[in-house]
Amino acid sequence: MIDRIVALGRVGLTTMAALGRSGQFLAGVVFGVPRPSIGFPLLVRQLYAVGVLSLAIIIVSGLFIGMVLGLQGYTILSDYGSEAAIGQMIALTLVRELGPVVTALLFAGRAGSALTAEIGLMKATEQLSSMEMMGVDPLRRVIAPRLWAGFIAMPVLAIIFSAVGIWGGMLVGVDWLGVFEGSFWGNMQSSVDFVDDVLNGVIKSVVFGFVCTWIAVYQGYDCVPTSAGISSATTKTVVYSSLAVLALDFVLTAVMFGDF
Amino acid sequence: MDSPAYISLREVVFSRSGRRVLDGITLDIPRGKITAIMGPSGTGKTTVLRLIGGQLRPDSGSIFLDGHDVPNLKRGALYALREKIGMLFQSGALFTDLSVYENVAFPLRVHTSLPEDMIHDIVLMKLEAVGLRGARQLMPSELSGGMTRRVALARSIALDPELIMYDEPFAGQDPITMGVLVKLIRDLNSSMGLTSVLVSHDVPESLSICHHACIIADGKVIGEGTPDEIRAHPSEQIQQFLRGQPDGPVPFHYPAGPAGADYGLTGEVS
Repeated sequence: MIDRIVALGRVGLTTMAALGRSGQFLAGVVFGVPRPSIGFPLLVRQLYAVGVLSLAIIIVSGLFIGMVLGLQGYTILSDYGSEAAIGQMIALTLVRELGPVVTALLFAGRAGSALTAEIGLMKATEQLSSMEMMGVDPLRRVIAPRLWAGFIAMPVLAIIFSAVGIWGGMLVGVDWLGVFEGSFWGNMQSSVDFVDDVLNGVIKSVVFGFVCTWIAVYQGYDCVPTSAGISSATTKTVVYSSLAVLALDFVLTAVMFGDF
Repeated sequence: MDSPAYISLREVVFSRSGRRVLDGITLDIPRGKITAIMGPSGTGKTTVLRLIGGQLRPDSGSIFLDGHDVPNLKRGALYALREKIGMLFQSGALFTDLSVYENVAFPLRVHTSLPEDMIHDIVLMKLEAVGLRGARQLMPSELSGGMTRRVALARSIALDPELIMYDEPFAGQDPITMGVLVKLIRDLNSSMGLTSVLVSHDVPESLSICHHACIIADGKVIGEGTPDEIRAHPSEQIQQFLRGQPDGPVPFHYPAGPAGADYGLTGEVS
């Protein structure tokens, strides 16, 4: 019994220490932005790595999710004779929920795991240490551009995901199943509000971008510099990011849309 | 030791994960000379380098580098001090996303505002010094182990440091590469007037180039002096290390309990 209490206490202490370290790490990164002449090219390169290279998976996933929404929406709504509302259903689902959430989950799997593995390998091969010994702070040089790139890229990717999803839904609903195009776009336009729906969705993806990238870069920086350590850190990035995104989505949805 | 100490460690204690790695090390490293720190694997030789570079902080004791109290320096001052230090890591630690040329140019681009044509000339001169001017366009993945260390050496001297620290420069190298590295370390030290600290367990190579050697074991300095003094040292432990004998004061067997219990035997085992 005592052993279990001791083990529980140890887990609590380890968790608190890790949270403290990650908070300290975040402060170092956020306040340690390199000067623009050096920092901007680094940021652009990372925007390409985490943003542009994630475009393929985001566009393909967005297209198929939009098409599935079109099919499912038509099947359900046509039972009530209201298949003309398919446009507003697809748009609201994507803009409010699926766009930010699925983009964040895909981002954690594609870009987050890559960031953790890259930083972990830089640590294991002493590249971060050598940078420190050259008088260059790796938090500023390596971590900060990656964190800011994820923070900027995520909302843009989520917007692209939603736009492509709506287009996919239109392909199925209008071009294939024959819903009147005017009703599709008209219903969408009258029911989707820019501030309540679009802006709230963007705010969600900004939060998810920040959390996913923070988890990814911290796991890489804090990993045990061995192959097993990097593998474990990469797994943790995907698991922690996914759980954090789903939990935060509930909290943000309750705050943004819960008019109880 | 006729030169004044450039680096001075006094009663330095350092522990990691509850294990005492360094147990009161006192060491003086003379200016302008090559000092070899030798000892068996796992005795904290690399830890000494990391303490000197301020990457680790000691539990107690003092470390002075050219008059700077390294463990108590503020972050900005420590990073400024590191600009005067070059370090060659065991793995080379080249940036894998940059070419050989860009690796050597990296410290120049970060710490100076020199025009591009001057950076170009300095990089080529440094690569020439290590014999790799022709390899400047290669990526680190295209280099052999010896070439990687030579590029890393060129990068570590890019800013013309006062001190250069070598972490196991000969480990895992073929005889020709070892010879090249020995020559480079000796030539760089004499031509640039550097202070060099060499951490290694390769005895013949280290003793052939160093002016001063010190042997660490069990977290303490067990002997120091000129290479000849070390070779003639009366300590059995030092002689075991120098001659590579498998048994002696450092036992072949890791400490273990009675063998009978491990083999599941109940009777006496002699």
